Amino acid sequence: MKKSIRLSGLDCANCAAKMEEAVRGIEGVEAVSVNFLTQKMVLEAEDSRFDAVLETAKKRIGRIDPDVEVGV
Amino acid sequence: MTKKQRKTLCRIVIAAALYALAVAAPLEGMLRLAAFLAVYAIIGGDILLKAARNITRGQVFDENFLMSVATVGALCLGEYPEAVAVMLFYQIGELFQSYAVGKSRQSIAALMDIRPDYANVERGGKLEQVDPEEVAEGELIVVKPGERIPLDGVVEEGSSSVDTAALTGESVPREVLPGHEVISGCVNLSGMLKVRVSREFGQSTVARILDLVENSTARKSRSEHFITRFARYYTPAVVFAALALAAIPPLIFGQAFSIWVERALTFLVISCPCALVISIPLSFFGGIGGASRSGILVKGGNYLEALADVSIVAFDKTGTLTRGSFEVVAVHPEQIGKDDLLGLAALVESYSDHPISRSLREAWGREIDRARVSSVEEIPGQGVRAAVDGRQVAVGSLRLMESMGAKDARECHLAGTSVHVAVDGAYQGHIVIADVAKPDAAEAIRELKALGVRKTVMLTGDARKVGESVARELGIDDYYAELLPADKVAGLERLLAEKRDNEKLAFVGDGINDAPVLGRADVGIAMGALGSDAAIEAADVVLMDDRPTRIADAMRIARKTLRIVRQNIVFALGVKGVVLALGAAGLANMWAAVFADVGVSVIAILNAMRALDVRKK
Repeated sequence: MKKSIRLSGLDCANCAAKMEEAVRGIEGVEAVSVNFLTQKMVLEAEDSRFDAVLETAKKRIGRIDPDVEVGV
Repeated sequence: MTKKQRKTLCRIVIAAALYALAVAAPLEGMLRLAAFLAVYAIIGGDILLKAARNITRGQVFDENFLMSVATVGALCLGEYPEAVAVMLFYQIGELFQSYAVGKSRQSIAALMDIRPDYANVERGGKLEQVDPEEVAEGELIVVKPGERIPLDGVVEEGSSSVDTAALTGESVPREVLPGHEVISGCVNLSGMLKVRVSREFGQSTVARILDLVENSTARKSRSEHFITRFARYYTPAVVFAALALAAIPPLIFGQAFSIWVERALTFLVISCPCALVISIPLSFFGGIGGASRSGILVKGGNYLEALADVSIVAFDKTGTLTRGSFEVVAVHPEQIGKDDLLGLAALVESYSDHPISRSLREAWGREIDRARVSSVEEIPGQGVRAAVDGRQVAVGSLRLMESMGAKDARECHLAGTSVHVAVDGAYQGHIVIADVAKPDAAEAIRELKALGVRKTVMLTGDARKVGESVARELGIDDYYAELLPADKVAGLERLLAEKRDNEKLAFVGDGINDAPVLGRADVGIAMGALGSDAAIEAADVVLMDDRPTRIADAMRIARKTLRIVRQNIVFALGVKGVVLALGAAGLANMWAAVFADVGVSVIAILNAMRALDVRKK
């Protein structure tokens, strides 16, 4: 499954790169790209695990920048 | 400005005023420290908090932390005004940076402002305004003048002119009549249109374009990969260099700690790679956004990069360099007038829907009186025989002429398809029909040459003679003719093998039947792809209209973007390098360091924004 997820409040380009790296490390993630400019993350993960992956991703993103709101 | 930005601005103004007071006031000792600490708290409090918070989350080398260490260090060294000023300028720079990024976001969003807000759909005899996503295929929508066409479809009623500029970059409006296809994202200018929806919104042109541009950032260019890797090592490297700078000279050479710690603090201020991390992707995104606005869709930064280095361009012929439709290019009568010859051919072919027949009728341009034609007989692969005004007329190939007894028929010297005409067994002459070159095809080749493209090649399934004549007419260097679709891939392989390492090869096709070739080239360019799924899927670059001169436009945009990227890399690294070196030697103070950090970022962002500006030549 591939989904575009809004990251409102993402205002640091370096953090975007860190988030991408952090989310890529989650098991079950097939592809991820965090776009600092459109403030979006495109996440591709196995269908069966998608929700769990997204939850972990939210946590990891929050750890990098707590001001970012993850919206689906 | 956002609310957050206004708040920061407010804080900056207050802090700047208080800072001026603190500097001017004749304060001594603890009082002086207290005054500067107060200003410092106002301007840098949030940075300190963020730094503390991020450390607890395991984010050590983050910007906030580094700025905090640098300024707290300066405070400890007794350099109160410097510490506060660095924080003040850092905040000003950050504010400006966030403002510039916000502006860029807006301009990119404005470029992509082709999403229709609503559709007027006819349901049960009434007009309802709904979200375009709720309209199903086959429903009837009404588009009023001034409205954006929300979905792809076919005009059922009404005529109008349509502004396609947002999609194709073409500023001349297109006329539409009942039966014509219209695409979503265009603006209806003059008349009311009733449109039968042919695709639901998710599959529509506008949705696909937006999807493509948004996803383009996922395919990163080599420069972006370089920056990501660079950023990962740069910050830790600078921080360790700062530590070494603070520790080694005093410990080994016994020099004063305070001097070297101060120099080390300068390092920390420069240690964020932000200028590069923001401006490089921004340049690529700007280039891709600007290109899409002028009707050139680029699927990723990597393709933009490849496009800038293209030095061999291979073309498909039909539909790419030529119109892909037949036209009468010459009429060579032997016995009768030109017009009579054309008229006879048009009449005999009046019952056929073959492209050649159509081109004959179009060239004659008069009403066909079918009553004059009787006993039409089609001879497969050869032509048509019919009685016109009581005489036996044959129109078709040389073989047909021979079988009719028209002995002096001969092949024409012109490239193309010759249609011969005989009346009652006597040869009357022939008409040459050919696929004609697009009006700007020759110019397109010239422009590519001017851009430094070393070689242009045409791949075609047509006869050698046709290939040769088109290649010569357009000034193309080489051609491969009589190729079957599979041979085209082989032809491209041969070209790929002979190119040099740093060169890139582009293939331009119309997306029909040449998907494998598009995929095999370094850059596959599909042309005239409005509404063609296969082409959008297979190509790396999609030209929304079918003018070959757009290839040169695409290359120019790519080169401009790459130039900006290179400028930013050299500028940012250069300034940081110089300030680091001067800082280590004690020649650059914190002011210079702040400039090397946020000042450089802001300049790089402003430069990156130029990539958005895609003007026609």
